[in-house]
Amino acid sequence: MSLDKHEMAALVARDIRPGSFVNLGIGQPTLVADHLPADAGIVLHTENGMLNMGPAATGALIDPDLINAGKVPVTELPGSAYFHHADSFAMMRGGHLDVCVLGAFQVSARGDLANWHTGEPDAIPAVGGAMDLAVGAKNVYVMMTLFAKDGTPKLVPDCTYPLTGLGCVDRVYTDLATFVIAPEGVVVRETYGITFAELGERLAVPLLRLDG
Amino acid sequence: MTAVCCDTVAEAVAGIRDGSTVLIGGFGLAGMPVQLIDALIGQGATDLTVVSNNAGNGDTGLAALLAKGRVRKMICSFPRQSDSWVFDGLYRAGRIELEVVPQGNLAERMRAAGAGIGAFYCPTAVGTPLAEGKEIREIEGRTYVLEYPIKGDVALIGAHRSDRMGNLVYRKTARNFGPVMATAGELVIAQVSEIVETGELDPEAIVTPSIYVDRVVAA
Repeated sequence: MSLDKHEMAALVARDIRPGSFVNLGIGQPTLVADHLPADAGIVLHTENGMLNMGPAATGALIDPDLINAGKVPVTELPGSAYFHHADSFAMMRGGHLDVCVLGAFQVSARGDLANWHTGEPDAIPAVGGAMDLAVGAKNVYVMMTLFAKDGTPKLVPDCTYPLTGLGCVDRVYTDLATFVIAPEGVVVRETYGITFAELGERLAVPLLRLDG
Repeated sequence: MTAVCCDTVAEAVAGIRDGSTVLIGGFGLAGMPVQLIDALIGQGATDLTVVSNNAGNGDTGLAALLAKGRVRKMICSFPRQSDSWVFDGLYRAGRIELEVVPQGNLAERMRAAGAGIGAFYCPTAVGTPLAEGKEIREIEGRTYVLEYPIKGDVALIGAHRSDRMGNLVYRKTARNFGPVMATAGELVIAQVSEIVETGELDPEAIVTPSIYVDRVVAA
């Protein structure tokens, strides 16, 4: 069976080491927070200036001055810290952030990432912090469906959408398989509801098996 | 000179000239100095270049300034949002210029302006359309893009409290771009919820020291 977005989020969470500093991108990557063990000491960073961000705020806890990068009201935890935007991106670019989890339109076999712009002439470009996260975090994990709604693969030999970053993606978590972008090529770690052979037929990217 | 405490927001934005580059704080509406922007609309300055993370939300604040046709160019990281219909309409009609800047570069370019840095090499956006036409340099095996400072004629920021000298403290994630913009603006105007007597703010907790701040107003 293929995975739903919650199961994908659980797989990402499984691979985040206790004690990591982690940034979860807007959209599906935020679901990863639901699967992080409470006792793992994982600290969430939000690029609008906070570490140790707590869960989404509800009811009386909603405070317009306390939001995440998706502009959703969130909460403080003991040990939370606030800082300004230049510091927030300096800690990212400076290699202090262990992991970021991002969505993507496309990832290439070399780990190039395209996730900010469809390139369509009438699209209004908006990049936010995606390019900074792509080059800054020590490990970049992508969470996406393996195929677009029209059936075209999103793991590709070369990205056709405008790039966010070059060679920055380390792992790709999809509904049908998880991949490691390794120096020797794209390694399939696990498959869900599809065989290794079927994956090879549907993707134009050479695939390696985890066991060699 | 330390800051002037203004009685009204109109007094706070007096003298902003047509054609100015205006840095506007806030991430979405958190930290956005909405009353100062409303006062700027009343003041009438036009042909502005606005630097802000977003390009307006809903119909208030920056969106209202855009709707009045006062902004020639937006420099921002994330214009397109579910509630950015004012900007979207102007952009699609070809009535506003847009420079999209990665969010960290936006902050760092203003930090550089405020810190007297002439330019800096940054790894962000290497190999992407946002690095096209920019100088590239390899340093110790890594590729960087040359980025120039963004300086404001004016900065409008939202803070939590000020003392009468203009020392500022912020509240939670509403801090965002405020401290950086306060260093990068020639004329820095802060809207706060309360102005307290000098000496009442803990010197250890002050985020923006008064040297950067020209005018404060409670709004």
